[in-house]
Amino acid sequence: MSTPATTESRAETQRRRIRPPNLPRPRLPRRNRGLLKEEEIVPWSIGDRIGLAAAWFCGLLLCAIAGSIVLYMLVRGLQYLSVGALFEHPVILSTTQSTGTAGGYLDPIEGTLILTTLGTLIALPIGIGTAVWLSEYGRPSWLARAVESGVEIVAGTPTIVLAIFGLLVFTQGAFGFLSFTAEGGAVFGRSFFIAGIMMSLIAIPLIVGATREALQSIPAHVREASYALGKDKISTIRRVLLPASRKGIATGTTLGMGRIAGDTAIVVILLGATPLEPQGDVPILKVLQGTGSTLTSYVYNNSPAGEGNAPQKAYAAAFVLLIIVILMNFFVDLISRKGSDPWAR
Amino acid sequence: MRSRFGLQKAGPRNRSDQRAELLLGALACVVLALIAGMIIFVFEKAWPSFSNNGLDWFWPWAGGNVDDELVHIFESPSDPSQFVYTMHAWPLIYATLLITATAVVVSTVFAVLSAMFIVEFAPEGIRRLLEPVVRLLAAVPSVIYGLIGILVVVKFFSDHLITQSARDSVAGVAALNGFSWGVGALILTVMITPIMIAIVVDALRAVPVGWREGSVSLGVNRWRAMLTVSVRAARPAIVAAAVLATARALGEAIMLSMVTGSVGFQPNPIDGFIFFVEPARPLAATIVDNAEGLSVVPFAQTLYAFAAVLLVSAAFLSFGGWYIRRRLRTYTLSPI
Repeated sequence: MSTPATTESRAETQRRRIRPPNLPRPRLPRRNRGLLKEEEIVPWSIGDRIGLAAAWFCGLLLCAIAGSIVLYMLVRGLQYLSVGALFEHPVILSTTQSTGTAGGYLDPIEGTLILTTLGTLIALPIGIGTAVWLSEYGRPSWLARAVESGVEIVAGTPTIVLAIFGLLVFTQGAFGFLSFTAEGGAVFGRSFFIAGIMMSLIAIPLIVGATREALQSIPAHVREASYALGKDKISTIRRVLLPASRKGIATGTTLGMGRIAGDTAIVVILLGATPLEPQGDVPILKVLQGTGSTLTSYVYNNSPAGEGNAPQKAYAAAFVLLIIVILMNFFVDLISRKGSDPWAR
Repeated sequence: MRSRFGLQKAGPRNRSDQRAELLLGALACVVLALIAGMIIFVFEKAWPSFSNNGLDWFWPWAGGNVDDELVHIFESPSDPSQFVYTMHAWPLIYATLLITATAVVVSTVFAVLSAMFIVEFAPEGIRRLLEPVVRLLAAVPSVIYGLIGILVVVKFFSDHLITQSARDSVAGVAALNGFSWGVGALILTVMITPIMIAIVVDALRAVPVGWREGSVSLGVNRWRAMLTVSVRAARPAIVAAAVLATARALGEAIMLSMVTGSVGFQPNPIDGFIFFVEPARPLAATIVDNAEGLSVVPFAQTLYAFAAVLLVSAAFLSFGGWYIRRRLRTYTLSPI
């Protein structure tokens, strides 16, 4: 047992005494296999061993679950997905069924893209502004604390509650210009605008959290240096602090986008889950004022729980959705690896 | 929150800066006003349902069939003075509590063990695989979990776990067709565990190496050192993670409405194994299932009452978590 240790120490002393320039350095064994194992030095009771086994089991089970979900979706997705359907509009088969389950799923894909972009665009300025105020100004402090817990409550609010709250607010006549309206002037409270506004509430807590964390990891001396150069506070924020926390903001935003793309409740209630139905005739505005669907609502409506009940289509659309989510995940990874924070501690 | 840096909130000030502060403060206030508005609006809308039922709304022994009550409310006459409001929502609350508690308890144990594995025991290769796996599981949309649940797990339960005799024993009371709260809790566990793992892993990594080295040098093995020093120090983060997971679980609507059977049934623990495969329907799923009825006034008011209960629980959770974290802060790290 002791042989490797002595060889090692002898090599070590030799290395220290004379070091021939061209000899390779003696390498330590990668794992100290010859040495005593930890279990032989310190006692491991039965309970500890069971605990360790449980930890291994949990870790491997996690891998197994993720692996089986991805593999299953891959097999089913490739089985039912046809490239042509990606670029085809859904067709409404009967009048009783408004969700359009025949045909392709171009509309849901477009809907997901429009809604995610819209929600993120609304959430970004509000989220960053709130985070900057909380982190850099935060006066009076009672107000700051109230805003903080408010954001926390939004983060904990179920999206279904946000959805019916949105319905409550936006069916008021005053907001009619935002949504799908009937001939008689009744406001349905359903449109991309409204769904986007409520979706932004999902992303705001994530953006606020990430931005605040990034701002607070910037050391004080960076701010002091900027003040010493004669900059006032707001230009310090704009020119120094925000650029330095770009990475945190990007991570938070991408997480928020993933949550928006994956949410179903708001889409089902505030977007109508219909094929794209533009409203009015101003080019871009008409889409935003109209109703539509996203991949999530398409999957829901085509699953056995929805009215369509076409599992093949649900699988195919879920596969596309999963790909989008995995791509976003990959971007988060890329952002958090690339371009390390300049002031990272 | 206390600022980490003394000078952070000071700094040179002039006119344009004050304007910027006001603007940003106003933005933050808009967010705050929105939340206050949400709470007030939802409660105002929900009030008739609460006031007409009194405590029977929550009372566990109030009796009555929730689904029948919902139908009666939906079919109530259009004259406002004759609106039907009778609603004894306990089965729905019970289902929410049952599913949430089961999922959160199981996933807390699961998440702490997995986090210990990732931080300390996993070989390098598995660790590098597990990190993206956890992120992926956390990011999969709930509707995909629901789809897999309804097409695979529910079918498996129905075909292999539920015997004909079990079906016959509760025939006429509940249909055991695989749609059950057990499936819902199972999938919910898979959904919320990764959220918890991410937070607990960060906290375990933040424990100073010296603390654990100290205990190892006293002759404790790695498992004990991890459990008694690191996990103990990370308790506030574990509470924070559990609170976040509970909030997610309470609000999960789509997946649960897909797999729990959508029956206002109250699963009974004395039924033995059948208990786990009995159908149920939590509050959030009830709102999704009945969203088409929102145009009927008393029905909408009842649904908003469900939403109000969820909103209050979310608020209580966030305050409760904050309080527990503060209590635990002595002798531990304070990561949050």
